Amino acid sequence: MAIETREMALKTEPFVLNFGPVHPSTHGVYRMRTTLDGEVVLDIEPVFGYLHRGIEKLAEQRTFTGFIPLTDRLDYISSMSNNLAYCLAVEKLAGIAVPERAEYIRVIIAEMQRIANHLIAVGSFLNDCGAYFTPFLYMFRERERIVDLFEMVSGQRLLYNYMRIGGVSQDLPDEFLPALRKLLDLMPSYIGEYERLLKDNEILQARARGVGILTQETAVNCGISGPVLRSTGYRWDWRRADPYSIYDRFDFDIPVGVQGDCYDRFRVRIEEMTQSLRIIEQAIKDLPSGPVQADVPHLIRPPVGEAYAHIEAPKGELGFYLVSDDSVAPYRCHVRPTSLINLTALREMVRGWKVADLIIIFGSIDITLGEVDR
Amino acid sequence: MALAALNNIGTQVCRQAVPPDWPGGFWWHWLFFTVVLIIFVLVMVMGVIYIERRGMGRMQSRLGPNRTGPFGLLQPVADAVKVLLKENIVPANADKLVHWLAPVVAFSPVLLIFAVVPFQNGALLADLNIGILYVVAVSSISTVGVFMAGWGSSNKYSLLGAMRNVAAVVSYEMPLVLAIVGVVLLAGSLSMNQIVLAQDIPFILLQPLGFLIFFIAGCAEINRSPFDLMEADSELTAGFHTEYSGMKFAMFYLVEYAEAVAIAAIITTLFLGGWRGPVLPPWLWFIVKVIIVFFVMVWTRTTLPRVRIDQLMSLAWKFLFPLALINLVVTAIEVLALPAALLWVLIIINFAILAALIPLWSKLFFKLGWGRLEV
Repeated sequence: MAIETREMALKTEPFVLNFGPVHPSTHGVYRMRTTLDGEVVLDIEPVFGYLHRGIEKLAEQRTFTGFIPLTDRLDYISSMSNNLAYCLAVEKLAGIAVPERAEYIRVIIAEMQRIANHLIAVGSFLNDCGAYFTPFLYMFRERERIVDLFEMVSGQRLLYNYMRIGGVSQDLPDEFLPALRKLLDLMPSYIGEYERLLKDNEILQARARGVGILTQETAVNCGISGPVLRSTGYRWDWRRADPYSIYDRFDFDIPVGVQGDCYDRFRVRIEEMTQSLRIIEQAIKDLPSGPVQADVPHLIRPPVGEAYAHIEAPKGELGFYLVSDDSVAPYRCHVRPTSLINLTALREMVRGWKVADLIIIFGSIDITLGEVDR
Repeated sequence: MALAALNNIGTQVCRQAVPPDWPGGFWWHWLFFTVVLIIFVLVMVMGVIYIERRGMGRMQSRLGPNRTGPFGLLQPVADAVKVLLKENIVPANADKLVHWLAPVVAFSPVLLIFAVVPFQNGALLADLNIGILYVVAVSSISTVGVFMAGWGSSNKYSLLGAMRNVAAVVSYEMPLVLAIVGVVLLAGSLSMNQIVLAQDIPFILLQPLGFLIFFIAGCAEINRSPFDLMEADSELTAGFHTEYSGMKFAMFYLVEYAEAVAIAAIITTLFLGGWRGPVLPPWLWFIVKVIIVFFVMVWTRTTLPRVRIDQLMSLAWKFLFPLALINLVVTAIEVLALPAALLWVLIIINFAILAALIPLWSKLFFKLGWGRLEV
């Protein structure tokens, strides 16, 4: 969008304002060096790396199994998905087959993780819009139920370390499935509640509709994936395009947006929660019995080679690229971080909008700094 | 007039005006009401902070503070002690004098507003015959304090917040004052006490549109949500008071809630019949009504997202301003043309106008603008 500069009697000049690294709405320690003309954003320069922990390098000093807890720390909002992506990569590298029951459990857990992630994404997006914590806390109420279920299976509430190479660490406890069924019964009414409260809200529409439009072309060129890509109307989902695990067995829709603005991104996330519920319902119905862990050696030494496995994580395509040199540790591990790559179009999206729009556009992309900086 | 009759049962007792020099002489009157007003403002601020924190907690499906004292009643005290014990930090580049003076300049006008708010018939510090005009004039001074804070901090967030505040106040003064004029026309006086005495039925029934405009504009002027742009926590960290801590921050915190109480008190006086009401003593009615109005503000704060600065401006100039003008003209015609006896007719006409105008305006002439930028 072109900025009109008008002749003014007063001399004005743009000024530079740092949003972050310590700022309530940068979702961590992201920093935007923003050039502002009054309230209008002329340009931004993203600065990140404040949370760099060298996770990719750390992988080289750990066994293949020993790296799983570190993957939790990438996108700490959706740890289960990170576990899954990494385990799929190792299984692909070592050629390990996963038992049927473990596959189903993985799908159930991954879809629950997607719901939990989208709850936080939508909640914090609305927080950025200025709805003073109310939607955020409503959505935390439901996330709490999901986290309780995760605690049942893994004993943890944030960094689960649940998936294992060749399966999952332990079978579902007896009380898990009844509790999950109860959640499945309640969840549609909760989602309906969000729709009622938010969908037609005049202020939310005024704030989010048509703001921060991402064109389909830019999105594809930048490699953007996940709900941000789908909000532009591009029907692309790895669960459908390249069904990993057992996703080809389930029946679900891929919701897409219309024009790729903040409102579409918000709507796509709400709609994806409903679709995740559908997948979980089907998975529970077909859940077979049997072992949950394949017979894999204690120290896995995959043959020399390389493998890349990707999943449709809640935020987009999450991939792990692993190179093995026939030792117990990966020779090289690379993460394709969803959050970082989704951020690449931020500059195009925010130019010409106002400070308040900058915040909500940034919030609508839904990033986790743990994954941006690694 | 069942309502008016009900209204008058209790008020007959207190209809006798408190003499202007009660209790005994000008200086006693001055001393008594000054002390009472300061205590009233401080206690009310603590009360509304408690109501806001607990009310917001309930609305956000959590409990709210309940650890300090019974039902968490001492939470405002704990808040105050915590804030006051903080270190006083002044940024190195700050304009020291302006930075120091800003909280005082922001706070004193808020106290001044209460000088003309009647708690009972005649029970007010000064029954100015230009009372409401004085309120409008004094309440704008707070903005100077806020802008001083924004400028003196030499912080860009503060400056942005302060600029937003000035822009908002300048715009919203217009509909605010025009909404007041409707009430003044009905009451035939600018004195706050006379306005209350004129309300045999609360003016909210005769001025529904005026009440709505005044409420929205009042919320915008004191920066209550959804117009809390100047301290938009998700955008400008804390807006104009980013660089304040300790006692000075406590002052701004106090100003925020004292302003909310002041607006609630003015709304009560102008539209809700002030201290008038059956059975309960007048001052208690007054406080109850203030708290009800404040509760509505808490309600909107927990419910609505924040508007953007250009939407804030367009709402003032394209929505509230024309409606306030129409309201003024209609009220003037009604006062001139219709006899006072036909009150019910007036009420019905006014509500019909409200019901017709708001959908009409919001559908045809005004849109908050889906992302449209209006620089």
